Amino acid sequence: MDFRFNQGEEGFREEVRTWLGEHLRGEYAALGGGGGPADERGWDVRLAWEKELGQAGWIGLGWPKEYGGRGASIVEQGIFNEEYARANAPARTSFFGEGLLGPTLIAFGSEEQKQRFLPGILRAEELWCQGFSEPDAGSDLANVKTRATLDGDEWVVTGQKVWTTLAHHAHWIFAVCRTDPDAPKHKGLSFLLLPMKQPGIEVKPLKQLTGSAEFNEVFFDEARTSADLVVGGVNNGWKVAMGTLGFERGTAFLSMQLRFDNECQSVIDYAQKHDLARDPLVRQKLADAWIGVQIMKYNGLRTLTKLLATGSPGPEASTSKLYWSAWHQRLGELEMELMGPWSEVLAGAPYEPDDFQTTFLASRAETIYTGSSEIQRNIIGEQVLGLPREPRPTEGTPR
Amino acid sequence: MNFAFSEEQEELRRTVRSFLEDKSPSAEVRRLMETEEGFDPAVWRQMAEQLGLQGLAIPEEYGGSGFTYVELVVVLEEMGRALLCAPYFSTIALAANTILHSGDDAARKELLPGIASGETIATLAFTEDNGRWDAEGITMTATKSGGAYTLDGHKMFVLDGHTAGVIVVAARTGDGISLFQVAGDASGLGRTALQTMDQTRKQARLEFSGVPAKLIGAEGKGWDTLGRVLDLAAVALAAEQVGGAQKCLDMAVDYAKVRVQFGRPIGSFQAIKHKCADMLLEVESAKSAAYYAGWAAAELNDELPVVASLAKAYCSDAYFHAAAENIQIHGGIGFTWEHDAHLYFKRAKSSELLLGDPTYHRELLAQRIGI
Ligand SMILES: Cc1cc2nc3c(=O)[nH]c(=O)nc-3n(C[C@H](O)[C@H](O)[C@H](O)COP(=O)(O)OP(=O)(O)OC[C@H]3O[C@@H](n4cnc5c(N)ncnc54)[C@H](O)[C@@H]3O)c2cc1C
Repeated sequence: MDFRFNQGEEGFREEVRTWLGEHLRGEYAALGGGGGPADERGWDVRLAWEKELGQAGWIGLGWPKEYGGRGASIVEQGIFNEEYARANAPARTSFFGEGLLGPTLIAFGSEEQKQRFLPGILRAEELWCQGFSEPDAGSDLANVKTRATLDGDEWVVTGQKVWTTLAHHAHWIFAVCRTDPDAPKHKGLSFLLLPMKQPGIEVKPLKQLTGSAEFNEVFFDEARTSADLVVGGVNNGWKVAMGTLGFERGTAFLSMQLRFDNECQSVIDYAQKHDLARDPLVRQKLADAWIGVQIMKYNGLRTLTKLLATGSPGPEASTSKLYWSAWHQRLGELEMELMGPWSEVLAGAPYEPDDFQTTFLASRAETIYTGSSEIQRNIIGEQVLGLPREPRPTEGTPR
Repeated sequence: MNFAFSEEQEELRRTVRSFLEDKSPSAEVRRLMETEEGFDPAVWRQMAEQLGLQGLAIPEEYGGSGFTYVELVVVLEEMGRALLCAPYFSTIALAANTILHSGDDAARKELLPGIASGETIATLAFTEDNGRWDAEGITMTATKSGGAYTLDGHKMFVLDGHTAGVIVVAARTGDGISLFQVAGDASGLGRTALQTMDQTRKQARLEFSGVPAKLIGAEGKGWDTLGRVLDLAAVALAAEQVGGAQKCLDMAVDYAKVRVQFGRPIGSFQAIKHKCADMLLEVESAKSAAYYAGWAAAELNDELPVVASLAKAYCSDAYFHAAAENIQIHGGIGFTWEHDAHLYFKRAKSSELLLGDPTYHRELLAQRIGI
């Protein structure tokens, strides 16, 4: 047991720190750490910043060198995230490409697909969105109905996706589509890549309870994409999609803790500044919030150690999404409590919440996306604790 | 960066676990909890002679084997899991830590070898009727006449106070809080075992009237030592709590897999499955906290006071919650005296209160992080 970093790692930290010190200035620095998958404040500036990151080689840090990554170790990725959060640098815009599609292509994609798409992600020039959910396929993802049929050397896609975050900015979508309607639910799906800018695709923004519209409905009406843009083979989409979700639920959270740490500190600062931190009940809640964010860190370090030793995270990793999402909601509620009646007063019109209000509102999504808390508990119960599955209705074909 | 136990530490865990499975099965716990002394002297001797557990973290120069607090965390976790009935926590986490950190080399030389060898059972008499774990709670007085001290007053909730051969007492002199060494059979000392809800950890009331005592460390400097000892003891207790909590989760999950109602195992109902998932989340988080705190205790670094309170607060809540849910998941059988669920439930409660409850430690933590 030892929490010190070795010399090489400390050198890497210095490199990150220096680069951030030199580049995180002006309008980039002014953004602060705000924003997230469900919050597109300062989008254009964030995008420009993302390109700077790409040019300097900070995107795809952990990807293999042969695909343009830096081949950084998990510890180095952790260090980068730590320094990134410490510097309060802007929330990342290339999450879906860097965090989800990139690793999916590296694991399941053909050589041509990797050559074609990875560089665009690494330079933040091609943005991606995730087309999994549909009106009738949320937690029950295998119930996807969007149809893809082969027409010569092209897939023709018709159907609808929903809750598609940042689809209105994306150049490409990775979509789970039904390619064999006669096969059992999980067996007739394929993982397709489609260009967004085409006549067959229409994006309609959906206004969220935050007042803004980061997610969308995406309608496919004979949208087209090249026949070779199926990842991992035709009718093998379930396995690929599960891989993507694994990346989404896996190590992506390691950097969350650091952002939360900053946020927790700002809540403590707020309480002190407004002379609220003398109230014993407030003190209890602040201490509890602080404990929560430290536990996230310790859990993360244990997960990291297991990943390094065995290549796969331990059981506590599967609980991390459940943990942080609930913690963050509680923090948002505490923020409202501290603000008192001021929590009702928005920062601006038409409906512009400030940072605390945004946490309070946006965190409601966090127990829903990437597998709701209920689904997480099912997974933990069944896959970690080995509890018996619920009896399921016989698995028919989804027509 | 490495947050895992070493192979040797895992080996230690296996050894202690199999020893305790053999020596502290449920039937033994139940036999001993009904006795007044509450432990088996033969097992206590074996712990020292066969496994060297009492001397584990005591430096070699004082007769121990000089391992770190991380090893101690492993051992305590296993003891918590097995609900071991023995004065280990009082002797090691409280008394030995106090002597070790008292700055009094003569006391170390005199007392630690006996503790390490298993000969001496010791404890720390800190709390009084007020039940407080802070400096203000200590009101007992020590009087100096000539070169000698005598103690008058009482101590309450003293772990294993009725069986300890050596009692380290916190009392006030004109200079402030000081530490004293008193023999268990000293004249003027009255010891009464308390009837306690958690019968697996014994407590006693001690009445002092003119009891001769020997100063440990410098007069008036006792709190410097005790402040550190309370942190170290909190880490030790957190480790015990983690072991108990994991056991509760194991019991609950095992039962949920085999108990059938409505034609299916109750573990297939989400209401039960989700409880178990939440327990796992808390137990794993409690481990992370206790282990990290164990490392800070081994290093004696600046983080220790903060993480000690963090671990004590979190692990107390996690253990109690796991123990309570374990009863619920067992239904009626979980409410019987015959089932072990209540033993853990009661230990969880007594441990939650020992050294200050979670509310107390969250407040301490707030102060310690500058809120
Ligand atoms: C802000 C936001 C951004 C999103 N971005 C994207 C995106 O970019 N791309 C994308 O594809 N999707 C996205 N989603 C969709 C998200 O993945 C789904 O909302 C999620 O999977 C839940 O599906 P659903 O909304 O249909 O709810 P449902 O699945 O209908 O769930 C409703 C309720 O029922 C519960 N429930 C469902 N099944 C079970 C079960 N088996 N056991 C117990 N309880 C159950 C759920 O936990 C939930 O409480 C986003 C969602 C949000 C809120």
